[in-house]
Amino acid sequence: MNRPPIIQLEHIHKVYDTGSVPVHALRDVSLTVEAGEFAAIMGASGSGKSSLMNILGCLDRPTSGVYRLDGADVSHLSKDERASVRNSRIGFVFQGFNLLRRTSAMENVELPLIYSNVHAHDRHLRSRHALELVGLGAKLDSHPNQLSGGQQQRVAIARALVTGPSLILADEPTGNLDSRTAVEIMALFQRMNAAGITIVVVTHEPDIAQYCRRMIVVKDGRILLDQPVRNRRDAAAEMASAPPQDEFEEVLS
Amino acid sequence: MMVPIFKIALRALARNKARSALTMLGIVIGVGSVIAMVSLGQGAQQQVQQQIAGMGDNLLIVMSGSRTSSGVRGGAGTSNRLTPEDAEAILREVPAVASVSPGVNSNVTTVFGNQNWTTRAEGVGLDYLSIRGRSIDAGEFFTESDIRSAARVAVIGQTVATELFGAADPVGQTIRVRNLPFRVVGTITAKGQSGMGQDQDDILYLPYTTVMKKLQSTIYISTIFVSAADRDSTAAAETGIAALLRSRHNIRAGQDDDFTVRNLTDVAEAAEESSRVMTMLLGGIAAVSLLVGGIGIMNIMLVSVTERTREIGIRMAVGARTSHVQHQFLIESLVLGLLGGIGGIFAGIATSLGVSYAFGWPQSISPLAVAGSALFSMAIGIFFGYYPAKKAAALDPIDALRFE
Repeated sequence: MNRPPIIQLEHIHKVYDTGSVPVHALRDVSLTVEAGEFAAIMGASGSGKSSLMNILGCLDRPTSGVYRLDGADVSHLSKDERASVRNSRIGFVFQGFNLLRRTSAMENVELPLIYSNVHAHDRHLRSRHALELVGLGAKLDSHPNQLSGGQQQRVAIARALVTGPSLILADEPTGNLDSRTAVEIMALFQRMNAAGITIVVVTHEPDIAQYCRRMIVVKDGRILLDQPVRNRRDAAAEMASAPPQDEFEEVLS
Repeated sequence: MMVPIFKIALRALARNKARSALTMLGIVIGVGSVIAMVSLGQGAQQQVQQQIAGMGDNLLIVMSGSRTSSGVRGGAGTSNRLTPEDAEAILREVPAVASVSPGVNSNVTTVFGNQNWTTRAEGVGLDYLSIRGRSIDAGEFFTESDIRSAARVAVIGQTVATELFGAADPVGQTIRVRNLPFRVVGTITAKGQSGMGQDQDDILYLPYTTVMKKLQSTIYISTIFVSAADRDSTAAAETGIAALLRSRHNIRAGQDDDFTVRNLTDVAEAAEESSRVMTMLLGGIAAVSLLVGGIGIMNIMLVSVTERTREIGIRMAVGARTSHVQHQFLIESLVLGLLGGIGGIFAGIATSLGVSYAFGWPQSISPLAVAGSALFSMAIGIFFGYYPAKKAAALDPIDALRFE
């Protein structure tokens, strides 16, 4: 079990050349995330956390420094090579869900498999399985507009899981959800992490970071704080102890 | 790989049915008008060719020319100095000439029983039928001895046969032409109207000697029909005939000809050429509408790429390569072009059949034009889809995901 770290950043700089003044978004960031970790990257807007997340997700390249993803150097790959890395090694979960409209849950989940040439039969099997894992086995043919926000985010998580990636990268996954649904989604992440999946959540909400195991705070393009989460919250337990929604409604009426 | 991408592209088109249909309509109209124009143009061209073939092979007509008396030029036909000997000399001495027939004609009234009919009597030689591409329907043509003896025999056209005999068989009957009895020895196969609308079956063929001696009392003929050896030698025949006749008629250098040689192959080729140019022009104008249709595809694809920026971002985030995105949009425009092309083929065939039926114009649907425009419409789809697809594929996934 001598697996290399999932994420290994060494002296990463990111400079945006926007007109006259170059903007330093990341300054000498080094970071290691081991397999099986569940980390939150926190920071205010403009802290550089989006730049960090784009680099971690192979959506962008660092200006300098080395990024090894699951042992392979991905810092200087071309656009198409990065597309392949994203396809096979990274599962994305976005704040706005980013599902294809007027396309069924199954087909949304199949999308990454289409781009990695998986046969139709295999695609269906794996997509169905991924949707069952996130508890949407009964909604295979529903379109995003027929699903609640929490269900849409579950479809997105299934899409992130379906390729069996090294890393799940979630960008403000609960930003568009009410607090109860947010807990549901965090419970799902905790369950996935308990099964050994490495997850990095980018968020600005300290509450959400409390469900992770490790908290990394970014400020002014540098890592300000990197520590384990104390008093970690257990989303599943909170859901069990919270009064069911209909009881709430009875109290209110 | 291509199969799912093909499905994605088709579904995207199916989602915007009205828009896809309108975009295709541009190509339908373009391809349809190219096919219709080329079909109608080629129909006209073929009609010209048939008329040319109908005139006879490599035909030249020598007509008596103008006579000048006291400085006044009398116009065509006034000189009347062509003789049957001229015709024989042309056949003998001009190498490019294959056969000749004298021609002398006269308007006559024919009578059979209680029916009468006024028609044109054409006095001709033995080779006339082959020169003009006509043939005997029933009976036979007159013979060399008929010509030598200026016999009173006639070969009649179908119109004359119908007017005088109705449904009865004219062969062997005796008709009266200018009150002289003539025996009908044969009928000529019907040919219908000439290019100028003249009824070519309203005619009576007699030996030219008979017309000269029995009907007109003249030693001159009005026309010599000449068939050149082949199509390329008509020009040589024309100059050869002119030189021969000038010397036979003792026309000095500087004097006008007293005859005219009309090379009908030239006339025919000019007519053929003009209808060909017309076809190309019409096809060219129609091709412009095809181009406009192509620009329509490009326009709608650009709109589509902008509208679907976020979708492109999602696809790229989950691993679509540049080529995947580019193919997806190229297939969309290719399908628009191809379906439009297929629609256009049907529209074009329907239009040319409809126009041809409504106006009685000839049409000839060219398989080449059909296959060509189907291929061309695909090419248009690819050509005008290339830039939008390239634009889609060049999007940055981060920007595309952020696009609202």
